[in-house]
Amino acid sequence: MATFLVRRLLQGVIVVVAAAIFVFVATRAVGDPVDFILPLSASEEQRENLRVELGFDRPMSEQFVDYAGDVARLDFGESTYLNDDALTVVFDYLPKTLQLVGFGMLISLVTSVPLGVLASRKPGGRLDKILTTASLTGLSMPQFFLGQVLVAVFITRLTWFDPGPGPWHKNLVLPAICMALPAVGRLAMTVRSAMIEELNSQYVKVARAKGMPARRVSGVHALRNAGIPFVTLYGWELIRALAGYTVVVETVFAWPGLGFVLIQGIKERDFYLVQASVFVVAVLVVVISIVIDLVYKALDPRVQLS
Amino acid sequence: MTERSGPLLEVDHLRVEFFTRRGQVQAVRDVSFHIEPGETLGIVGESGSGKSVTAQALLGLIELPGKITGGDVRWRGESLVGEGCEKVLDRVRGNEIAMVFQDPMTSLNPTFTIGFQIAEVLRRHMGMSRGDAKRRVIELLDLVGIANPTQRVKQHPHEMSGGMRQRVLIAMALACEPQLLIADEPTTALDVTIQAQILELIAELQQELGLAVILITHDLGVVAGVCDRVCVMYAGRIVEQATAVELYGTPGHPYSAGLLRATPRLDEVLPRLVSIDGAPPDLLKPPAGCGFAARCPLAIDRCVSESPTITLHQHEGKDRHVACWRAFDDVLL
Repeated sequence: MATFLVRRLLQGVIVVVAAAIFVFVATRAVGDPVDFILPLSASEEQRENLRVELGFDRPMSEQFVDYAGDVARLDFGESTYLNDDALTVVFDYLPKTLQLVGFGMLISLVTSVPLGVLASRKPGGRLDKILTTASLTGLSMPQFFLGQVLVAVFITRLTWFDPGPGPWHKNLVLPAICMALPAVGRLAMTVRSAMIEELNSQYVKVARAKGMPARRVSGVHALRNAGIPFVTLYGWELIRALAGYTVVVETVFAWPGLGFVLIQGIKERDFYLVQASVFVVAVLVVVISIVIDLVYKALDPRVQLS
Repeated sequence: MTERSGPLLEVDHLRVEFFTRRGQVQAVRDVSFHIEPGETLGIVGESGSGKSVTAQALLGLIELPGKITGGDVRWRGESLVGEGCEKVLDRVRGNEIAMVFQDPMTSLNPTFTIGFQIAEVLRRHMGMSRGDAKRRVIELLDLVGIANPTQRVKQHPHEMSGGMRQRVLIAMALACEPQLLIADEPTTALDVTIQAQILELIAELQQELGLAVILITHDLGVVAGVCDRVCVMYAGRIVEQATAVELYGTPGHPYSAGLLRATPRLDEVLPRLVSIDGAPPDLLKPPAGCGFAARCPLAIDRCVSESPTITLHQHEGKDRHVACWRAFDDVLL
């Protein structure tokens, strides 16, 4: 166990370092930040002065060495767009994102498992066909489009929700659903096929023969085994939600989270903010994947961690 | 439970069919037998003869596309087939009738400890508390000859060998002290030395606990050692029922005779083992006559046109039950 954690943490450090290097190169490849900071009327001299002040005139290698040193000290510089310490900005917006991801993934957890189990009860039956079609529809709908549909239907048409600011729990509903829906489809399909496989296995027949009620056989015996592939996919969905879906969903719903701010940062060529956000998300991804491995181990005693 | 006389289990004209895309497979056709308390009944036959399907049908474990399409199974007078049987089956399964399956490697749930899986039965049928169940599980593991039961209860199936897992499954089956144990090829997946141990274990436990056993096997050698009576199954039917001694002495059905000639014996030197040529009929379209006719050296026209039912024959002053137009024909011997 200890060796496993040490090894996974070392691997995690490599992942985070790689992400930090990548974001350094990527930000510098997209364009000149000075154009965004200064007004269009600024003279070439003023631009040059600002470049020198910010250090963008120096060779790339020199900039990188400085950057590496700063990152090692967790100093990400000052956001040029929000005029505040970049890491502080990230931590200001992160809770909103975690709220959205947490609630969205909770929705996908509590809906996909029952749906998948229901569909698996009679493979090829009417309920299975309806649920499978619905899942496919959900998972094949792009979130930027799904988001617009949700806004059009529930805010504009039905006016169940206000377009403007409101109580947080009310504002959270639509973005969280938008976050959850594609994952629900994929997860429900995984639960379905895993349950079908488990229900056909010999230990299920043995459990029936020893007098266990059908409900317990599927809900305890088969479900725990079906949980093994489910957890693998769920972890992957969680990471995708945090490191991907948030950007789209937060933008569509103007949700003031890290994804929303990150997009603004990219638009404004705010290198420091982008670097800090990517770094923090990379660390979270590493932590989540370690937790997923531990859950996996708890579910399946055959798994060896080292 | 009230005392009642008569057989423990009666199977009466049982039919099981599987509804496949190609048609209805008549896996079990008109099977009747009974078992008395404490008795050991062997059901022998080759793969696909319907013996496992019969066993599973007894406990209502046939699932779609399979279905019991006729006949009855009565457990101490109560029907285990048809309307209202689920309630009876809920009480009977694992409690009054227990079953041990062929493949111990896949019969245990890989994600739960063996202690949990045995305790579950006790908690369900005997309403035991967690603590009581755990103590009983340790006793049971000890009973089936597993060393260090206190450590073993906490282990998962993958930490055990095949023979050990079959012992666990036997302990699980015996947990509620059933009156009948159905053992469906319990030793097929095991090494030969372990096979003998498991059979001995079942025989010992039977003596000790006085339970009846239905032993399903394709191995006539096994049957000879442990069974009181034997049903020989072929193509979904019982073709002969006899005591083990009678069957080995003078098989009444040409198929039984063929099986015996294909089985090595210790008490007699056979010139060589003889296999039965041909293959069993397709049960999608079972033949009109005797299922064995196409492979039978004694077949006559009547065998092809008319199906023999199991009937009483007198042979050497004994009552014998054989489904054959040429039962006990001299050529058999």
